[in-house]
Amino acid sequence: MSAPLLQMRNLRVTFPGPRGPVQVVKGVSFDLGRERLGIVGESGSGKSMTGRSILRLLKPPAKVETDLLRFDGMDLDQLSEKQMRAVRGARISMVMQDPKFSLNPVMTIGTQIAEALRVHEKLPRREIEARVITMLEQVRIDDPRRVVKLYPHEVSGGMGQRVMIAMMLIPQPDILIADEPTSALDVSVQAQVLDLIEAMIAKNGMGLILISHDLELVARYCDRVLVMHRGRVVEELAAGRLHEARHPYTKGLLAAVPQMDERRAILPVLDRAAEYET
Amino acid sequence: MSALSPVPDRSLAARFSDRTGTVLRFVLVTAMTFLGLLAITFFIGRIVPIDPVVAIVGDRASQEVYDATFRQLGLDKPLITQFYLYVRDVLTGNFGMSLSTGRPVVEDLARFFPATFEMATFGIIIGVVLGVPMGVIAAANAGTWIDQVIRVLGLLGYSVPAFWMGLVGLAVFYAGLGWVAGPGRIDIFYDGITPVVTGMLTVDALLDGDVDIFLNALSHLILPSAILGFFSLAYIARMTRSFMLDQLSQEYVITARVKGVSERAVIWKHAFYPIRVQLITVIGLSYAVLLEGSVMIEIVFSWPGIGNYLTTALLSADMNAVLGATILIGTVFIVINRTSDMLYRVLDPRSR
Repeated sequence: MSAPLLQMRNLRVTFPGPRGPVQVVKGVSFDLGRERLGIVGESGSGKSMTGRSILRLLKPPAKVETDLLRFDGMDLDQLSEKQMRAVRGARISMVMQDPKFSLNPVMTIGTQIAEALRVHEKLPRREIEARVITMLEQVRIDDPRRVVKLYPHEVSGGMGQRVMIAMMLIPQPDILIADEPTSALDVSVQAQVLDLIEAMIAKNGMGLILISHDLELVARYCDRVLVMHRGRVVEELAAGRLHEARHPYTKGLLAAVPQMDERRAILPVLDRAAEYET
Repeated sequence: MSALSPVPDRSLAARFSDRTGTVLRFVLVTAMTFLGLLAITFFIGRIVPIDPVVAIVGDRASQEVYDATFRQLGLDKPLITQFYLYVRDVLTGNFGMSLSTGRPVVEDLARFFPATFEMATFGIIIGVVLGVPMGVIAAANAGTWIDQVIRVLGLLGYSVPAFWMGLVGLAVFYAGLGWVAGPGRIDIFYDGITPVVTGMLTVDALLDGDVDIFLNALSHLILPSAILGFFSLAYIARMTRSFMLDQLSQEYVITARVKGVSERAVIWKHAFYPIRVQLITVIGLSYAVLLEGSVMIEIVFSWPGIGNYLTTALLSADMNAVLGATILIGTVFIVINRTSDMLYRVLDPRSR
């Protein structure tokens, strides 16, 4: 494994609630090299908050604290907003869930992709255009010259997500955070998009954080898996060794996955009565 | 078209017929709306308890005179014929005579409307130029003291009565500080010098090349316009703020931040572009309301505008003038609505 590119120690995210502050992430720590890390967990487990905290995207009233958040020798939690902007996109990027909402509806696809490049590099217009076209070809979009002139509502979900990936990878970042990148897509295109992410990551030698609620999917595309529950990492596993899980929550999750060759009358559900407090 | 005709040709033809269809539909809808407006004014003209014959001949006229006028006005004809004649009159610009001014209503409208148009246009410019940025800034700083200050300003614009604002404005800026001119459109010694082209004194003075008159007209215009502008500002800023808050919570705003776009560009480009369409509706409606003529402001500032005219006509039961002014205001609303519809298509790719 390569030297840690990103180190996070004891991340805590707190929101004010009607009955005092609510801590939604309660001390998450991990290292990331140029590898593929999966974060799984159910809704509200804090996995998305963890992803967004790396890019410092959470705005007040959310309170984000870390003992250490170091990326490539920089302490991200110490950077000014301006310095942080130079990291966003250019060094660490993020693909979000639904291209229907994550692309600006009134800007053409070409403009949006070009912007991702333009905010970081002063380049002549022709070169930017050429790189946008090349990037779209890389994410396997046919006829990119036509697509750059389209608006997001004129393309399908799968294509929108490939546009999103193109936009996020065009400044050649070191880390890509993919936050449920396929949850809003048809099953038939989910694998396409993930294969594309996997290929691009491998090609550019990047680090990937794949956030998902789908344990199987994360195991298939990642080297390492963090299982999060109620704001904590409850288990860390090599992707090939899911069956060795020891934590009751992970075991519960795995047990709830139906198998092709079995006949169970009732699928087991997570035992909520035994919520493992702390 | 031959079977061999190339595909681009066909799509071009299709696109052309598409556009023709759009234009035709546009014209048809506008015409139908206008006809609806005429039907309503016609209907109002028939049901108000004012006898149009008595309004002309007076209540001491003999039965013969009454009957003759009744026939002369076409009131003996079937209703549908009357409506047809009414539409024909309106379309040829014949709104009848105004009883209170003794002039054709069309002439009156041509005199009074430009005054309102001038004030309303100035007012809406002030309202948009200040109101939109205020709303955006308030949304970008939601919950902070900046937001609070803008909210209070907006609330003032909303809740302070126009006549009070007009009187206080006059007391402070005219009588007290002498920064602006008093009521009326122009000082008495400049009155009637400028040849009438548009009916808007500032524009006419500029066309005439008379800077003194222009400045004088402007100093008369600025205070009432500013007060009108303040009202639309309050509404525009409030709506802008809520539209912006809506956009700022959208995912694509996060996308823009992820890309490393500066917060300024996130707000003014990514979040603001999509709300332009909604703003057009708000601004169009505010403008239409101002064009209706604010009676209070027009009275306080002795402004010979359409609001003043309409009120006077109403109080003297001058039906021709009332209906004429109503049709004019209705037309203004139709024009503004249709214009914003057209702008939608330009600004929102989703509605094309």
